Amino acid sequence: MGRVVSAASAIRLDDVTLGYDRHPAVHHLTGEIAPGALLAVVGPNGAGKSTLLKGLVGTLKPLGGRIDRGALKVREIAYLPQAAALDRSFPIDVFDLVSTGLWRRRGLFGGLSKGDRATVAEAIASVGLSGFERRQIGTLSGGQLQRALFARLALQDAAVILLDEPFAAIDAKTVSDLLELVARWRAETRTVVAVLHDLETVRRAFPETLLLARRQVAWGPTSEALRPERLLEARGMQEAFDDHAPVCAVDHAA
Amino acid sequence: MTPYDALVAPFVEFDFMRRALVGSLALSVGSAPIGVFLMLRRMSLAGDAMAHAILPGAAVGFLVAGLSLPAMTIGGLAAGVAVAVLAGLLTRTSVLKEDAALAAFYLLSLALGVTLVSLKGSNVDLLNVLFGSVLALDDDALFLLAGVSSLTLLTLAALYRSLVLECVDPGFLASVSRSGGPTHFVFLGLVVLNLVAGFQALGTLLSVGIMMLPAASAAFWSARLSGMFVAAIAVGALASLFGLLGSYHTGVPSGPAIVLAAGALYLVSIAFGASAGLVWRLLPARRHRAA
Repeated sequence: MGRVVSAASAIRLDDVTLGYDRHPAVHHLTGEIAPGALLAVVGPNGAGKSTLLKGLVGTLKPLGGRIDRGALKVREIAYLPQAAALDRSFPIDVFDLVSTGLWRRRGLFGGLSKGDRATVAEAIASVGLSGFERRQIGTLSGGQLQRALFARLALQDAAVILLDEPFAAIDAKTVSDLLELVARWRAETRTVVAVLHDLETVRRAFPETLLLARRQVAWGPTSEALRPERLLEARGMQEAFDDHAPVCAVDHAA
Repeated sequence: MTPYDALVAPFVEFDFMRRALVGSLALSVGSAPIGVFLMLRRMSLAGDAMAHAILPGAAVGFLVAGLSLPAMTIGGLAAGVAVAVLAGLLTRTSVLKEDAALAAFYLLSLALGVTLVSLKGSNVDLLNVLFGSVLALDDDALFLLAGVSSLTLLTLAALYRSLVLECVDPGFLASVSRSGGPTHFVFLGLVVLNLVAGFQALGTLLSVGIMMLPAASAAFWSARLSGMFVAAIAVGALASLFGLLGSYHTGVPSGPAIVLAAGALYLVSIAFGASAGLVWRLLPARRHRAA
């Protein structure tokens, strides 16, 4: 690895509102995710963090505003959903699961060459799972499965990587190993956006932060975005949908 | 009775027994892997629903042309595909989950089918449609069974990656490829095709037996997908053999006999399956390894 991925276009958000049934989960986001950015998305539960990722990856259409991906195609975005909707009882082993990361290169029918097998083995080794190749995924611990999913992400060779709470219920050793991988992606000028809860991790490893509380509280350098008064402001957010809420005032002003 | 008389002689002496054996073996080879995928997708009962859905199509064929293989096959295929596609579309575009959509359509379809069959024809004919006639397979029926079985294996091989990924991690598949939806429909098409082929031999209601029972048995023999396919096909083939022999020696109808044999093998698998059989749990636990 260690190669440089051709810089993708920036992702621009222009007054983006995302939500369900006319209720915004998060509204009026404006900003730019630069190519090669390493952005943490932080905020209380229900702040719209996962919703934002779904919007970025294109599975959720904005209720308002525009997401401009430039030349970037949706399929060039790799996305690791929260506690992946993976059927862990399915009989498939680690090697086969990780090798599906090569889909974009091998497609539906293409066979795995000897070189591909070596690449997959290398990816498995890079997340510290050597020796687990033939283990069924049902026998892995949560952390081990997350390592395998990171190996698959690495194989996807995507210009933009979205991670939704990748470190939930994962021990410190695994987190630091996986963060090393994230740092390597950054060195390869891939864009990484991660939803995170642990502010220590964010301060340590993520130069840029978006603080969400169903709206944009702060977006900028991590030390700025995570100032105590900002965090306090984010905590005061209204969480429940209100069926009788008036039409958003910002829309009226526009 | 010598073992030769019991196990081999019926097939040596009677042409119809050989045909029945060839037909039901072909059926097992195609249907068992389909059953494994249905089971792993938690759609075990969907096969049953589809089997019922096929009835009105076969009945229309029967009304138009009597007990004619092509007419009933085409009718069954049309009805099965219609129900599968309708249920699939409804699932993907509305709030209904696939099991609910299928349940609704197959019940409609079944009621329609029974009505149609009862409009014309005696109850004997109805029994023929419902329970099949594996002992009366002609050349056309055998070619149909073998053709469907071959087509099934080739299609499964071609779609294997997409099918597996659609089961394990549908979200990921959707993020890298658009093949998930088409794969699902082609797979449902294969289910219908195998059930239609199966009802020549076992009848509409029991054809799903040679699909699901071997698959459910296979789960006790292997924890790996490849092993499950082999085990399912083996159970299907053995059930065909034992069922036909049992039917020959005792005079019970052959279709139910084959499914009963599959059921017996299922019980054996639950108890003694090499991978997850219950009996092994009763043995004193072996001491665990150091790592």
